[in-house]
Amino acid sequence: MALDRWIAFVILCVALAYGYAAFFTMDGLLPPFMQRNPIWPSTFPKILSVLAVLTALVILLGLEKPEEDKDGVGDIDYRKLGQYNLAHALLLLALMVAYALLLRPAGFLFSTFGFLTVGAVILGERKLHILLPVAAIASFAVWYLVDQVLGIFLRPWPFFI
Amino acid sequence: MIEGLLIGLSAAFSLQNLLMVIAGCLIGTFIGMLPGLGPMSIIAIMIPVAITIGDPSAALILLAGVYYGAIFGGSTSSILLNAPGVAGTVATSFDGYPMARKGQAGKALTIAAIASFGGGTIGAILLMIFAPMLSSVALLFHSAEYFALMVVGLSAIAAFAGTGNVAKAVLMTLLGLIMATVGEGALFNMPRFTMGLMDLQSGFSFITLAMAMFALPEALFLVLNPARSVQGGDGGKINNLRITRDEGRKIAPVIGRQSLQGFFIGVLPGAGATIASFLGYAVERNIATKEEQEEFGKGSIKGLAAPETANNAACTGSFVPLLTLGIPGSGTTAILLGALIALNVTPGPRLMIDEPQIFWAVIISMYIGNLVLLVLNLPLIPYIAKVLAIPRNYLIPFILFFTLMGSYIGQNNATELLLLVGMGVCATILRFADYPLAPLLIGFILGRMLEDNFARSMQLYDGIGFILDRPMTLGLLVIAILLVIVPSYRARRARARQEGVADGD
Repeated sequence: MALDRWIAFVILCVALAYGYAAFFTMDGLLPPFMQRNPIWPSTFPKILSVLAVLTALVILLGLEKPEEDKDGVGDIDYRKLGQYNLAHALLLLALMVAYALLLRPAGFLFSTFGFLTVGAVILGERKLHILLPVAAIASFAVWYLVDQVLGIFLRPWPFFI
Repeated sequence: MIEGLLIGLSAAFSLQNLLMVIAGCLIGTFIGMLPGLGPMSIIAIMIPVAITIGDPSAALILLAGVYYGAIFGGSTSSILLNAPGVAGTVATSFDGYPMARKGQAGKALTIAAIASFGGGTIGAILLMIFAPMLSSVALLFHSAEYFALMVVGLSAIAAFAGTGNVAKAVLMTLLGLIMATVGEGALFNMPRFTMGLMDLQSGFSFITLAMAMFALPEALFLVLNPARSVQGGDGGKINNLRITRDEGRKIAPVIGRQSLQGFFIGVLPGAGATIASFLGYAVERNIATKEEQEEFGKGSIKGLAAPETANNAACTGSFVPLLTLGIPGSGTTAILLGALIALNVTPGPRLMIDEPQIFWAVIISMYIGNLVLLVLNLPLIPYIAKVLAIPRNYLIPFILFFTLMGSYIGQNNATELLLLVGMGVCATILRFADYPLAPLLIGFILGRMLEDNFARSMQLYDGIGFILDRPMTLGLLVIAILLVIVPSYRARRARARQEGVADGD
């Protein structure tokens, strides 16, 4: 089965779960005074879930014939994913997750400096004498702009300082 | 009106107010380039400064300048990095970013600047002429018409559906609408589909979704396949800044049409720049010739000029309900209203009579603001476009960092960053399978408003009868259906004709 159909299948499952919640669980929480309304909090989700299930089925059952894309310039062919820099992409995603988890405990300056440095090293940058000052200046400049100039609080240092 | 204009001219051309316009445009442009800081947040940040100034005209002129600058700055990050930080500039990235990737970043920014200038200036002229008249028209729109208008906005998905891919575009729109129902709505005041997570209590954030749908997959694609990098040529030297006479001739009617359409959509409270830009894109695509339609989404100058013009004209239009009725038509104008009230100015029908110098000074400063943006930004474009000449090893981590920052600044919540990564991976997989992501974002942006207006209409009319009871609603819904059907019909007929030719007819 082609990837677009697999995706349609996943969305179909999501729509069914969403529909189940809309049809069978939401209305039980409705206070009595709201039950006289012509529209309930579940009305719109019910409509959406039915439409989403039907549309996902159209794709899943192949009822619509997509035109062959003749112009695949620059697009990624997922069937040849092994030929691309998959390791780099996965490492960068892991780095983003690490940044999200470390941003508060390690403070903005350290985590941003680390993110920019490690990110560039993953992509093959080896001129550390340029990279380290650039990452440090960029981290400080963004922190200064956001925290000092715009007044949006970003904790600069780790929590124990 | 002439008298008002003279008052406005004398107020707007005072040294202090001229400085305010220039400062506002500069601040707005540079901060607006940071994804995640839209006009709303920048204006909110600038309010204390504006109040310190004390003079209401000067303060409002400064804030209006910031507003325009931020919209223009948002377009820049949409074009160069595919990172639209504001809903109103999402449509700009559809053709702006492909142009940048083709090595035409300078030209794309020039077209954006000219289109913004055109939209803003024509919008200001319309505002001057029609402001008092339009305020009463805007009041004719009830929630039923708003619901229908949102449906028209959603019908813009037809513009993203390739031949035989309508189901995918519709499915993505529905997914966006489904995501918009997560969290606590304004109307029912009860959390829905939050799965007990506090972080989902207020729903998904637009900026996180926008970054996850556009910037993150693009950055990952650049990592996966370095050959996709911008074909800037000459080691990133930015040439090709000028637009040719032929290109100018092509975009001039687009700017004219979208200034009008964008302005009138902007006048409607709640509709705003986002719908104007999506509709502008959809309308221009539908009326383009078949060859031009092929270009849309791949770097069409019309596809870039349309949303850019429309969102600027709509921003100007949103001042109509604010200045003449005291009704803020968007989040940004709501913040401006707050600033005005803090400065002891009450916008409304009497503003023109009681405080003509404020009313007219703001309108004149719109002209000046647009001119300032053009004069400031055109010479800066080669330097701004140099962003793309940064080596890939530096550029990609920076794009990823700004994506994360944009999401974090808005919410100040690290969970949002994990959501961003998760959604970004999903968006990348969707792109592998050729699912269009723009409809998902359109569905998400319009979903809340659509449901609120639908629910309000249902409550007012005690059922679905409002569709037939209100001719304007019915008319808009018919337009929405036509927007979807006509392009499909035209494509089918063209295909049938081609097959006929192949069969030797």
